[in-house]
Amino acid sequence: MAKTELKLLGARASPYVMRPRIALNIKSADYEFLQETPGSKSQLLLESNPVHKKIPVLIHNGKPICESLIIVEYIDEVWSSGPSILPSDPYDRAIARFWGAYVDEKWFPNLRILSTAEGEARDQVMGTLVEGLVLLEDAFVKISKGKAFFGGDQIGYLDIAFGCYLGWLRASEKMNVVKLLDEANTPGLVKWADTFSAHPAVKDVMPEIDKLVEFGKSLAAKFRAAKTGSS
Amino acid sequence: MGEQVKLFKTWSSAFGLRIVWALKLKGIQYESIDEDLTNKSPLILQYNPVYKKIPVLVYNGRPIVESLIILEYIDETWKQNPLLPEDPHKRATARFWAKFGDDKVMSSLWQILTEQGKEREEALVQATENLKFLEEELKGKRFFGGEKIGFLDIALGWLANLVPVLEEILGFEVIDKAGFPFLSEWMLEFSSVPAIKENLPLHDKMVAKFRAYLAAAPDK
Repeated sequence: MAKTELKLLGARASPYVMRPRIALNIKSADYEFLQETPGSKSQLLLESNPVHKKIPVLIHNGKPICESLIIVEYIDEVWSSGPSILPSDPYDRAIARFWGAYVDEKWFPNLRILSTAEGEARDQVMGTLVEGLVLLEDAFVKISKGKAFFGGDQIGYLDIAFGCYLGWLRASEKMNVVKLLDEANTPGLVKWADTFSAHPAVKDVMPEIDKLVEFGKSLAAKFRAAKTGSS
Repeated sequence: MGEQVKLFKTWSSAFGLRIVWALKLKGIQYESIDEDLTNKSPLILQYNPVYKKIPVLVYNGRPIVESLIILEYIDETWKQNPLLPEDPHKRATARFWAKFGDDKVMSSLWQILTEQGKEREEALVQATENLKFLEEELKGKRFFGGEKIGFLDIALGWLANLVPVLEEILGFEVIDKAGFPFLSEWMLEFSSVPAIKENLPLHDKMVAKFRAYLAAAPDK
């Protein structure tokens, strides 16, 4: 397929953009990556995703697909001859989708606010994050059944859904001088995180942690300035 | 073997209703258990420890939770009368709008009800914008699924049930025929499909429930 028939609108720092990139790598699909400029939205983005105006957007033969996990499912269905991303059994698929929705709706929003929370509120956010990771550790043990990934021997949907947050997880650990994943509470996930990050489909699209730390610090500074500056 | 499929829900929950509709459309026998959310049964806590919510579908002893996830599970397990289309782009589109309905439309409509004055006006503007997207998506089709109801009709079906309730309490229309010709027609058509018509909570009961909820809510 010509490269121009498959485009991905995104940005390197976005965990959501990583998801379709990993999926396309798994399927060995060539695509054109169109990097959005931070702080502005391209005409193509506004036209392709008029509802949310957000990245990632996959444009396949001129037709846009939006929402990162929906894009991953689309990729799995279109490139059906490549390695499978979703499990084949309906129950396993439901479990994978459940935890994918959980990390998006319950877990990650807490990670986002960790660096700007203070005092007691911060302790609470930390507590919630760690509790969530313990749940995910339990899920990992049950789902992986002793294999390297949630998807078994190969990276699957839930590896992608959760693994895309590892960059920001590690950056948050550095920025806040805390440990979120550790041997005591989440030994399985500690090992999984390293294996996942080193995987050929992942390592080139995982953002550099130090760059994320810089970005995170500037976001946190802007937030604090806005807070103290407002009446 | 109807006892193999169990659905935990409530009489009024839109999310539980979706599952009823899907099971009915596929002709799947199931046992229905209506929960009292002020006094949740231990089974709910056992089957859904993360969220402790309904609906919960239990099949062969294994629970599946989160209504849109349950819909996909049902469609994949029982192949008759498919809910999602076959084409991957159409599937992605259906999933997109279902998520939009839950994430954006629902909360914007709810805010019209709970807000007052200027905030209510703003909520109405936002809700109207959201609904316009759905109107556009429906254009030219009898149902979101085409000639037959499908996944997205079921996912958005709560509109047919709840918007009339909302409008009665508010005393004005939110989805009016002039502004939303397709969506208005769809709401009627959807509610007339036998599997849906026979499984809609009573309008007056819903109005009473929402009125009671709003009366009990603390003042802002």
